[in-house]
Formats: sequence, C-alpha cells, structure tokens
Amino acid sequence: MKVHEYQAKEILRRYGVPTPRGIVVDNPEDARQAAKQLGGRVVVKAQIHAGGRGKGGGVKLAKDAEEAAELTKKIIGMTLITHQTGPEGRLVRKVLIEEALNIARELYLGVTLDRRIGMPVVMASQQGGMEIEEVAARDPKAIHREPIDAVLGIQPFQAKNIALALGLTGDSYKKGVDFSQKLMRAYIDTDASLAEINPLLVTKEGDVLALDAKMNFDDNALFRHKDIIEMRDLHEEDPLEVEASKFGLNYIKLDGNVGCMVNGAGLAMGTMDIIKLAGGEPANFLDVGGGATAEQVANAFRIILSDKNVKAILINIFGGIMRCDRIAEGVVSASREIGAPVPVVVRLEGTNVDLGKQILKDSGLPLTTADGMWDAAQKVVAAAKKAQSA
Amino acid sequence: MAIWADKNTKVIVQGITGREGTFHAIQCRDYGTKVVGGVTPGKGGTTHEGFPVFNTVRDGCDKAGANCALIFVPPPFAADAIMEAADAGIELIVCVTEGIPVNDMIRAHDFLVKSNERHVADGRKPSRLIGPNCPGIITPGQTKIGIMPGHVHKAGPIGIVSRSGTLTYEAVGQLTTRGIGQSTAVGIGGDPLPGTNFIDCLAAFQADPVTEAIIMIGEIGGSAEEEAAAFVKANVTKPVVAFIAGQTAPPGRRMGHAGAIISGGKGTAAEKMAALQAAGIHVVKAPSDLGSKIQEVWKP
Repeated sequence: MKVHEYQAKEILRRYGVPTPRGIVVDNPEDARQAAKQLGGRVVVKAQIHAGGRGKGGGVKLAKDAEEAAELTKKIIGMTLITHQTGPEGRLVRKVLIEEALNIARELYLGVTLDRRIGMPVVMASQQGGMEIEEVAARDPKAIHREPIDAVLGIQPFQAKNIALALGLTGDSYKKGVDFSQKLMRAYIDTDASLAEINPLLVTKEGDVLALDAKMNFDDNALFRHKDIIEMRDLHEEDPLEVEASKFGLNYIKLDGNVGCMVNGAGLAMGTMDIIKLAGGEPANFLDVGGGATAEQVANAFRIILSDKNVKAILINIFGGIMRCDRIAEGVVSASREIGAPVPVVVRLEGTNVDLGKQILKDSGLPLTTADGMWDAAQKVVAAAKKAQSA
Repeated sequence: MAIWADKNTKVIVQGITGREGTFHAIQCRDYGTKVVGGVTPGKGGTTHEGFPVFNTVRDGCDKAGANCALIFVPPPFAADAIMEAADAGIELIVCVTEGIPVNDMIRAHDFLVKSNERHVADGRKPSRLIGPNCPGIITPGQTKIGIMPGHVHKAGPIGIVSRSGTLTYEAVGQLTTRGIGQSTAVGIGGDPLPGTNFIDCLAAFQADPVTEAIIMIGEIGGSAEEEAAAFVKANVTKPVVAFIAGQTAPPGRRMGHAGAIISGGKGTAAEKMAALQAAGIHVVKAPSDLGSKIQEVWKP
C-alpha cells in the first residue's frame, strides 16, 4: 500500500525522524493560515501517489502567505502529469504547505528489501534529488549499500558507515547517524516495503531532515497496522481495481481490448503473454484465485465488462480440484444475468471438463469453447479484432 | 526415487481442522499420501475426519512418526507454524499459506538457519521449507503434499519447478496428455523470500536418477531466474525447458504474487529470458509450448 508524502512524514515523525514543519490543506484559505503559522515563506507541494511532482509543476515556492494561497488555488484541482502517472495524470486534491529551509546539500537515503539476500538494505548516495535507478545506471559506485539484519535491527557502526558515505561531517554527521537509525526503526516497525528519503536535506545550519518522503507498506502485514490502513486514499487507485478487491479478486487494468479471467497469478500472466503472441492486447490482469467459485466468476465477469475497451473475453481456468462443471455454471449464470455484450471464449481444464463444456454448449449463449491455451488465444484475438473493426 | 518426497513420507497437517486444511488433508489421503495426523492446539487427543489430532508438531512426530508438515495456518500465525515444525525436527515443511508478512518470513528464515545448525550438530537432518504461498510438492504415483490436482499427474521422468501453481498444472497437463510423466513437481511459491529456490530444485533434479529433463517456470520480479541460469550453465547437464510469465506485465504493478513485480527496471521477463537462453536453456515464449518443447529436446 502507498501513502502520501504528508502521511509518510507523519509516520516518520512518530519515530523521531526530523522533517520540515508542515500542514496539509485542501483549500487556499487554509493554505494562507498554514503559511502564516509556518513563517510566511513556504513550499506548496501537490499530494499525489507519484514521483516527479516538481518537474510536473506540482511543487512551488511561495514568498509569503498570499502567494501560498494563490499557488494552492492553482495546484488543487489540476491534473498533474509526471513520468509515473501515465498520460492521464492525477487530480490533485490536497497540498502540503511546508516551511522553506536553507538548502546546503541534497542527499539520498532509501531502504528496501533485497530479495537475493533476504535482508533490508539501506542505500545511501550523495546524489540526492535524482532517481536512484538513474544513479545506479550511471555510477553504481556512488551508491553505498548497507544490508541490515531485520531481527537485530541496525547496528551503530552501520549507521556510522551510512553517515560517512553521505559525506556528513561534524554536527551533521551525528545527526545523520541518528537519522538512519530512526528511519530503519520506522521501516521495520511499520512493516514497510520501501522508505525513501529523496532528497535528504542538509541545511546551511547543519540540520539533517527528510525533505521528501515516500513509504510503501507490505500489504500482507496491514492487519497489524490499523492506523496505516486508515491512510489509504482510494482516489489514488483505479475504481475498478478497488471494486475487484472487495470480492477478493486481483484485477489490474491495462490498455488492450481482450479481457481475461484466469485462476492463479502465474497462469493469468501467462494468458496475457499468449494473447500478445496471438497478436492481441490484454485489457487486464485478473486472478480469480486458485479455487475459483461460481460467484467469483460472476463478479469477475461483471468487472471485466465494466471496462468499455473490452471487445472480447477469454476465460482460462485450469480447474484443478475445483470442478469445471461448477465453473461453467458460474459463467452461464453470469452471462444470463449480466448479458454477454461481447464474444466470450472459454477454456476449461481439470475435473469434469467434458461436463463443463456440455453446460456451456447447452446454454445457447454466444460462448465459444477452446482446447488449450493457444487455441483459446487465437479465437479470442480474432473475435476482438472483428468486434473492434465492426 | 524422485526428490524430497516419496511414498514413505509421513505428513502431518498444521491447521487440519480449518476448512482448507480439512479439505486438502482428505484430498492428499485419497491420493495415497501417508497423512498421519494433524495439529490444532487445544484439540489434541481428538480425531478429525479420521485423522488423529495433536496439540503440537512435536507430539505428532513423537506419536505418529511425522517427518513432513503441510501448513494451512492463517497468515498471521503461519510463520510461527513454520518455526514450530522446524524446531520439532520436521525434515520437509510445505507451507501453502498465502499472505505472510515479509518481516515474519525473515524471522522464520533466521530461525530455520539456527535450528538446522542445531539439528545437524545433534546428528539429525536439517529442515527444508517449500513455500510459502505455494501449491506444494508431488511425486506422482507416490505422494501428493499440497493442493495440486493429483489426477492430472502421471509418474515419469520430467522434473518440474515453478513459482506459479496453476502454470505448473498447465505444464503437467501438457506432459500427461502427451503420455509423458513427471518425477516430482515442486511449486516453490510466489513470495519474495521462498524457502526453497530454483537452484535447490535444479541441483536435486540433476542428482536424481529418475529425472531426465527439467521444466522450469519463472515469473517477473527478483533475480532468482538469473541466478538459476548461472547454476544451470555450470552444473546441469540434463535438458532444461523454461517459460517466464509476465512478458506483457507493466513495471511497478504487482501481478498477484507478492514477488511478481518489476521494480526499478529490474526483474523483467526479457532480462530473465535472455539470461536463461545464454545458459543453454530452451526458452519458450508461449506457456502452451512447454510440452512440445520437452518432446523436441528430450529423447527417452
């Protein structure tokens, strides 16, 4: 799960991680008040779940409270397009009004899981402000990597290594050592999957603060973090994906016109791949779960059809222990109930497969059965092309 | 032969009185697996669907001779179940549970390393964890320890290792339809930190006299496939056929499995396919070609 910058900073402050003082607002009047409270000269920062906000025009410096209000009026309601939002962009609903500080240096500090070694790794670089992938591609040696034992926590010598790698000296060095220890504690305690401070700011006064903050959390651990669940902003998610998640369906919208309903994440990805190989474009990833039920199938059918780009649907279920006749019944009842405005190709495999195919055939609905994935992919792509050109 | 599990493996099911645990314990027993009981704390001494129930894994080992644990415990408690099985000296731990927090798995892996050191020092065998978030392991005709459909399998010479459950069934189905059987099929699971990885399975299949060729099914995310490719190049002489799921997946989106995500431009299918090809592995672009490719590169 992702959270906004202001929420990430709120979480970090609980662990003593220093951040600039800031107030989140959703209208110009509150922005004016906030700026006054923060001393007048402030930064107005659009709050969306995407990076590159500065380049997209979503982060502006205001010299006084009046300008803060004006900028807020401009930014709220604008659709911000960055390299991470896609061409459709994101609507800005809130801005963070933050005190403007005297910048001496901008550094980078990030924590994420290194799957190869099974440990969180702190990445530190003196090249702040840039994306870490860019730095990694251009100059991998510029990134210091410190693997942390998640059970024992960060050790003092490791925090010192990180502060040294960041080139911190004197008072800032001490503050840097403290910073990474607290950041690491926050990362482990909240079951984060990413904590990224970019830039990590060193002020002219020698203070070390999180000028920006990005945190992602392990979805599987949210059950023990009620406070973080409450930070979920559904505006930032695709409405169809939110709807699907209510039914325990894993749905991701894509750009093509062939809707897919598959059981199992791997087979779902494999089905998208084979649609592409057959010359089509998948409209979505949809995993109905290993043991798909008739009800799951019906909900999935409805969600796929609410994407208006969908011109044909491929249902690819390797029944396994789940009986194919049950799945066929689910498909038939869903198409009767919702109607099948687009051609549907069904590929079933597993227990009672012949009975399942018979049910589909006897239904009198425009359902095409297929033998194997390749046959199914060719049939559905042909159907989608025909419907698209019609 | 086959790897890690055979007709003598004695299984206890942790979480046997739950819905999933009950259903699959019966399915496994029907397949012929020696399911010697189950574990549900507080229900020890009772029987459930004909299975003796124990309070602890250790009880199940002492009283029923269990050497394998099949875990269906809900995610918040599953890492604890893994550690309990490891502590009891269970040799093969298969964790089906999906949705275990990464931090819990880091602790469980830590615990496993230490308890294995203890077991080895005391002259016992170390524990192997398969999963979590996996369908389990099956040696067709002998034992099925997991949730895979037994009837699509057939005993034979092809070893299968996969990060995905249903794609494994797909591969198995294609082989069985062609009359080609499987030695052992291992689902290593879709999580970022699996207990058993591709290399463990590839090494075991290479050493197994029954296995003559190997199917490896990977997916986007992480670098396990690239590491496996290097291992195959240096150590595996049997033919390997591979498929990588997620060639069309967009970056930054988690495709169902917690481990299936392209992040920071790393872990793409294209990179993995190139690494596998460079290692002499026969990579197919379509999952429907796994069976025919085996027929092409493997001669009985």
